Amino acid sequence: MADVSLNDVYKKFGKTEVIHGVSCDIKDGEFIVVLGPSGCGKSTILRMIAGLEVITTGDISIDGKVVNRLEPADRDIAMVFQNYALYPHMTVYKIMAYGLRIRRMPKNEIDKRVRNAARILELTDFLDRKPRQLSGGQRQRVAMGRCIVREPKVFLFDEPLSNLDAKLRVQMLLEIRKLHEDLKITSIYVTHDQVEAMTLGDRLIVMDNGYAAQIGSPLEVYERPATRFVAGFIGSPAMNFLDVRISPDGGSAQLRGDVKLALENGSIPEYAGKDVTLGIRPEHFKLTEEKEGVMHLSVDHVEQLGADTLVHGHFGEDKTSLTVRMSDIQQFKKNTILALKVPSQKLHLFDKESGKRIGK
Amino acid sequence: MVEHRPWLTFLTHAVLIIGCVIIAFPIYITFVASSHSLDDIVTSFPKLPGNQLIKNYGRALSVGSRDVLGATVGTMMLNSLIMALGITFGKISVSLLAAFAVVYFKFRLRMMFFWMIFITLMLPVEVRILPTYKVASDLKMLDTYSGLIFPLIASATATFLFRQFFMTVPDELCEAVRIDGGGPIRFFFDILLPMSRTSIAALFVILFIYGWNQYLWPLLITTDESYYTLLIGIKRMMDVGEGQAEWNIIMASAMLAMIPPVLVVIFMQKQFVRGMTETEK
Repeated sequence: MADVSLNDVYKKFGKTEVIHGVSCDIKDGEFIVVLGPSGCGKSTILRMIAGLEVITTGDISIDGKVVNRLEPADRDIAMVFQNYALYPHMTVYKIMAYGLRIRRMPKNEIDKRVRNAARILELTDFLDRKPRQLSGGQRQRVAMGRCIVREPKVFLFDEPLSNLDAKLRVQMLLEIRKLHEDLKITSIYVTHDQVEAMTLGDRLIVMDNGYAAQIGSPLEVYERPATRFVAGFIGSPAMNFLDVRISPDGGSAQLRGDVKLALENGSIPEYAGKDVTLGIRPEHFKLTEEKEGVMHLSVDHVEQLGADTLVHGHFGEDKTSLTVRMSDIQQFKKNTILALKVPSQKLHLFDKESGKRIGK
Repeated sequence: MVEHRPWLTFLTHAVLIIGCVIIAFPIYITFVASSHSLDDIVTSFPKLPGNQLIKNYGRALSVGSRDVLGATVGTMMLNSLIMALGITFGKISVSLLAAFAVVYFKFRLRMMFFWMIFITLMLPVEVRILPTYKVASDLKMLDTYSGLIFPLIASATATFLFRQFFMTVPDELCEAVRIDGGGPIRFFFDILLPMSRTSIAALFVILFIYGWNQYLWPLLITTDESYYTLLIGIKRMMDVGEGQAEWNIIMASAMLAMIPPVLVVIFMQKQFVRGMTETEK
């Protein structure tokens, strides 16, 4: 068990810089999820922590010791790979024991650890099988077993669930969560799937093109996204973005066509009269009486998801399109006009140029 | 494809049987000749196997032909075997290591070295035979087993084959070994070697036959009869000038020369087919 800290880490491949200075302190026993779309550098960060990629500048330390120049084997980490990387010619037992054998651990100790891990992961019956005789979920568990037996300071997961089907993924998610609660080993988990991130993470690092756009708990990231990118990436369906102008007193946001939305925290005088981006999550719209409605949405089409209903429509003179999520099953005909309002604390404002969040 | 046409079945079988007969006939003649006394063969060639079989083979193995003194067929078979196995194991280990270096290590001029190896694919032994002979003789390797084996163990084909195989091995396996605490040598012996088992078996068959059938190089490099390989020996048995070649002994030796490659093919057939068709992943 150990804390991990990244201090202003940069990575260049040849001349292209892919990580532009990421800093983060990960506490002992914490479960951190690195989340981002593909190509944002999230796997690169994990591989630098693992020691599979060289750090261009900056420091990574594990348990207070800078590990920049240490081989992966000497960093006391264990990693679950996306395609599991199980040695195809070895039995499950041998795969799990391999790392310990290299470390010249006594035979009986190896046996004890492997059997213990197999018991935790319900692999005892499969110890003599080879990887190709196992199902996807079992392979996944072997990959985790190989890490558990090592009793490392840090667990690293590189999109471990992306090769599993949806049902198995949910099951493995819970198992990983449970495993972490039992073992309390610092874990760093890379994924592009926000459901995995929200379920597993104590904290998230949301990556945007090599920058850490936001570091915070799942709810923080959901409720107070730090940038427009984070706001659009987290949440499904994605947040609606509208162009608005802040009123001269800075106390309300004005949509085209004289729709005004009062802002929660009084005024933002420094943005008075300026154009900004307004973000509203689909689930935060409320259906209301005709006269109380701030926006009048004309329905284009309706997606029935069973538990929820997604309404796609447009409003205003410039036909700004919006997605609205309502709970339960709702029936609307095309071109029905819906009156909607949004609680003022659910409005997110972002600077047009920097994309940074405005206000608290 | 299932077709029920009796005449087609008949035709295909007929073609196959005729093909087999054509291929098997010379071998049958060789066998018949090896089972008669010299007089029988020379006067009128018999159609059926005779009764001199054990006598001829026994003499070939223990005494040898009267035209090649100093080496029995037994000795020559042993020489051939040493050379063939030496070439096979040498080629496999050298090319495994070369492919490992080319695929897994980054060093200066890596691609240039790879292409250099690749270009030698196009050079048959005959093209470089003079310089190779000069080198071998300067190193005092004439009439030695090393001289028979070493000049032939560099193999571009095998290196290329292993390179292609290694490139299909996922990088994650290498990384997993690094995290497990193993270095390159461990990765090579614990992971890569067992995974290439089937390709090694397939190559073993091909290379053994290649090594066993070497003719030109052993002919050049051996003058001492005790280092003759079987193929050279057979050729020498026939070079009798004015005299009468001992055809019964020659044919017996030829039959004996066929046995080891046939055994290798029979025993390694399964692995050979697997190595050619599937890769374990």
